[in-house]
Amino acid sequence: MWRNCPPEWTPCTKFWGYSAVTMIFGIPIQAFLGQLLIGLINGSFYAMLSLGLAIIFGLLRVINFAHGAQYMMGAFVGFLLLSWIGVNYWLALLLAPVIVGITGIVIERFALRRLYNLDHLYGLLFTFGLALVIEGGFRYFYGTSGQPYATPALLSGGVNLGFMYLPIYRGWVVVASLIVCIGTWLLIEKTKLGAYLRAATENPTLVQSFGVNVPFLLTLTYGLGAGLAALAGIMAAPIYQVSPLMGSNLIIVVFAIVVVGGMGSIMGAIVTGYMLGILEGLTKVFYPEASNIVIFVIMAIVLLVRPAGLFGRDA
Amino acid sequence: MTEITMTPETRQSAHRIQLALLSVLIIGLVIAPFVLYPVFLMKVLCFALFASAFNLLLGFTGLLSFGHAAFFGGAAYFTAHAVKEWGFPPEAGILLGVVGAAFMGLIIGFFAIRRQGIYFAMITLALSQMFFFFCLQSEFTKGEDGLQGVPRGHLLGFIDLSQPLNMYFFVLAVFAIGVFMVWRIVHSPFGMILRSIRENENRAISLGYSVNLYKLAAFVMSAALAGLAGGLKALVFQFATLTDVAWQMSGEVILMTLLGGIGTIFGPIFGAAFVVTVQNYLSTTGFPVTVLTGLIFIVCVLVFRRGIVGEFNASRLAAKLGLRSRN
Repeated sequence: MWRNCPPEWTPCTKFWGYSAVTMIFGIPIQAFLGQLLIGLINGSFYAMLSLGLAIIFGLLRVINFAHGAQYMMGAFVGFLLLSWIGVNYWLALLLAPVIVGITGIVIERFALRRLYNLDHLYGLLFTFGLALVIEGGFRYFYGTSGQPYATPALLSGGVNLGFMYLPIYRGWVVVASLIVCIGTWLLIEKTKLGAYLRAATENPTLVQSFGVNVPFLLTLTYGLGAGLAALAGIMAAPIYQVSPLMGSNLIIVVFAIVVVGGMGSIMGAIVTGYMLGILEGLTKVFYPEASNIVIFVIMAIVLLVRPAGLFGRDA
Repeated sequence: MTEITMTPETRQSAHRIQLALLSVLIIGLVIAPFVLYPVFLMKVLCFALFASAFNLLLGFTGLLSFGHAAFFGGAAYFTAHAVKEWGFPPEAGILLGVVGAAFMGLIIGFFAIRRQGIYFAMITLALSQMFFFFCLQSEFTKGEDGLQGVPRGHLLGFIDLSQPLNMYFFVLAVFAIGVFMVWRIVHSPFGMILRSIRENENRAISLGYSVNLYKLAAFVMSAALAGLAGGLKALVFQFATLTDVAWQMSGEVILMTLLGGIGTIFGPIFGAAFVVTVQNYLSTTGFPVTVLTGLIFIVCVLVFRRGIVGEFNASRLAAKLGLRSRN
């Protein structure tokens, strides 16, 4: 079934023959909508990942290169929990982010913290090294081939929407990621903790003088960011296979998205993520050869027109 | 850093010691191929030149490029293609690689210098990844196979480079020229301006320098020298593959520079020698190279930011020898 097929397989390709082919811009509408859906799903992951990056960067001024590795860890923790002690998807959805978040907290507490007073580039280099260690380690033990992760029974199967066939799990990913993104946005914009975070982003010294434990906030933020990446990872596990390198190319695309969106706003990161995911999907329909590079091209254009990014403030 | 007072005598003796160290290094490199495996040495020299080119940008201009693999690997493809498919002589092939890399540097640099710091790193990374995908898909790179069986040819028509020793001394000569160029650029008025940009960009702007132009020039020079290393590498190993353009390669050159000492002339050379040696050794043990690379990265960033040569320069011994860098 398509569920175990590589992600670039459009779910609807199998169904082209079944219905009368309606065309849109000279493209069968099924192909169009299928790629739109794939774009939306990719966009969901882009949004969740660039959101995490933006939160970490906002407070720690560190570009977390290990974000892709933490995404991969999330998927792997879910996979290992399932194969070792039979933890199901729903519990893993909770446990994987917590476990990866804790590793993030440990790393921040004992290593990353020492770099805050230095040039920000050292944070990038440190997390780059971290990503190499994590990915290299997993590759050493599990090889480069992907491990399948079964879709939870509750979400398997699909619905025929008439114009296309929608696998329920993929619909769930889109909805769940929207909830996660909006939830995180609310957490940061509307709660007291979020207010502390935003204040500490603006002026950490002043916030600390009010008696807020800023170093603790920083630790918490890195843990939260890592946990978000892991959550995206476990959600991705049933769609893409679980493999040690699943995050390494993804993170570079997410970097480009972050450059396009600018680091200025949380909402900006989310919107840009979805937007570019969809755009990438549409490129697959109209000009497949360019689908790998379209996000980078857009990044270049945005740099020409608006160097600070679509939602960015001038640094 | 405290300045040590220098009388003309100590300065003269320091100069003598520096010359002595340099000649030891040169003699060592001349004798080396009779003792060690020449291909290994050539690999070290290629990467040392690559790291020196990278250091010109990071160490002396303060720009962290995360996409130098594009220039290194791109030039390797250009050289390999020119020599293999068009029958170019080696020197023309390398020249084409350098020109190609410089042109790519101009394009990528044009976009990247629009942002600073971390963004600069991310943009160079993204654009080099774009080039990677281009190489993955385009015809002339032969995809996953890469360009193989590139003939080394005859240098200037009469020196047979398929002889390992001939090739070695050719590589050594190109390496020496490349490093000398880096040294010359760094110690020129142009290099001083680059350093002032590294130290305080806004100040350099307010002094009336068109900082972006200088940055772009440094970027192109660094790309061209990285291309020189890449073209050379294509001839040494007689192939050009996707490995050379992948982002891991960009990471490796950063590591070599960081480990050896950012902003020192000899640091990247020692860093490259160390990393290549370790990789060669590990490839026989089965220990994952990436893990060790990452660990060295972490250790360097946390406790060893000055690198091998940087630590040496800051040591008492260096002060005694009059080697302490004054910048």
